[in-house]
Amino acid sequence: MSLEEFENRNVSEGAYYKVDIADYPETGWDKAKQVFSRAIKGELFVGLGVVMREMLKFDIHTVKYPLEKLPIGPRYRAVHEMQRLWESGTERCIGCGLCEKICISDCIRMDTKIDENSRKQVTEYTINLGRCIFCGYCAEVCPELAIVHGGRYENTSEQRAHYTNYEDMLTPFDMALKGQVPEYPGFGAVTPHEDERVKSTPLAY
Amino acid sequence: MEVAYIIETLIKIVVILLVFSALAGLGTYFERKILAFMQRRLGPMHVGPYGLLQVAADGIKLFTKEDIVPTNAVGPIFKIAPVITAATAFMAAAAIPFLPQFTLPFTDYVVHPIVADVNIGILYVLGVMAVGFYGPLLGSLASSNKFALISAARAASVFISYEVITGLSLLAPLMMVGSFSLIDFNNYQAGGIGDWIIWSQPVAFLLFWIAAFAETGRTPFHLVANDHEIIDGFGTEYSGMRWGLFFIGEYANMFFISFVIVLLFLGGFGDGSVLGAFAFLGKMAFFFFFFLWTRAAWPDIRPDQLMWLCWKVLMPIALINVVITGFVMMF
Repeated sequence: MSLEEFENRNVSEGAYYKVDIADYPETGWDKAKQVFSRAIKGELFVGLGVVMREMLKFDIHTVKYPLEKLPIGPRYRAVHEMQRLWESGTERCIGCGLCEKICISDCIRMDTKIDENSRKQVTEYTINLGRCIFCGYCAEVCPELAIVHGGRYENTSEQRAHYTNYEDMLTPFDMALKGQVPEYPGFGAVTPHEDERVKSTPLAY
Repeated sequence: MEVAYIIETLIKIVVILLVFSALAGLGTYFERKILAFMQRRLGPMHVGPYGLLQVAADGIKLFTKEDIVPTNAVGPIFKIAPVITAATAFMAAAAIPFLPQFTLPFTDYVVHPIVADVNIGILYVLGVMAVGFYGPLLGSLASSNKFALISAARAASVFISYEVITGLSLLAPLMMVGSFSLIDFNNYQAGGIGDWIIWSQPVAFLLFWIAAFAETGRTPFHLVANDHEIIDGFGTEYSGMRWGLFFIGEYANMFFISFVIVLLFLGGFGDGSVLGAFAFLGKMAFFFFFFLWTRAAWPDIRPDQLMWLCWKVLMPIALINVVITGFVMMF
């Protein structure tokens, strides 16, 4: 698209055409002729044929939802997951607080302390999913791939407290120890072929 | 009157009532399934195998729901209207032969599967079915609802339109057969496929079929209870069992009019053999299926279009058909 095309705000020029619709019949005789031509041309039977064809093909598109689920995109942004390191199984979160800082709906809250090895340790980490708008900033900003967006989109609960449960979001420890934590492909991880997509940032606009 | 005759008639009435109440329920199941398949859906699947028990679930729901009579409704008329629809639908069944006559196994007792072979059969059936339109009409007028009121006006206009067509289109076959009895109609065509009245009266057959859609309020002429225009029309204020009675009446009517079309134009049960009986039911099933088929394929028309079609197009055709039939029979 050239710049001239792009800057043309008058989108109706050339892009639209008028559909050829005959005028409505005026006289009774014209109406009768229209009815007969439509009845004899067999348009009604075309409709019947279409639905019968679909019934015989039996190409059913129903997904019986609670029993079956459609696959969702790998970079879908649903409820967060807290990742662990592959081998040691320790939490990846280093308590830097960037996610808490960047969260535009103020739903992440974390408490940290310095542990006996004088490393920063996260003592409390909650995400209020009732407030979260799933923008994905936290996963984008996380330097350690500790907080990512998973694919769990069913979050009905009777208790508001269930929306903040850190244990639910954390990858189970035994899974990590068994080496069953796969490389995370979803939102928050680096997209495939990222190197080829990187463009140099212009210094001046 | 013999006691045996009375007992036999009572048994026949009970059987017809039970069979067609159940069939009306199953009719809703067939409709939902077939419409679903035509729209690439599955339809009811969860209650029972392939959703077959959905009918029972719906029945339990309808029968246990609270019976509500709205504040400004005219109580007695509001309450009696669904009964009119259901009762007239089943009363119409009295003059319809559902099977050829057969002998009871292990006895020599001959059963005629028709409650009363009155010699004005088709007149009676059409008359009683027409009375059935009082159900929607009275119910909608009595329920003090604006959408129901529109539905009442539509019911009246539909009624005066299609009745002309049913009567006039039937006149020509009646002239040929010379009897109102549906048994006589059947016997007139008993000789085989070549004897069917549809070959000598194709126009009358088409007109009667079209009018049957208006009579049962099925989709091209689904005006009285058009869901997407006037909510449920006459059924807007109804709930629970009364609404269910409307439904039973509507679906029973569809079955009965399918029987009548087959008896009048497509040879009925023919010579009365077992094959003929099955062919009868098969033909009836096709016409019932066609009611569902059109609902998936065709749009609804406006009430004024229906009136225009009936009075200005179909009625002249029916009259010309009668005149031509008369001339052919005379010479």
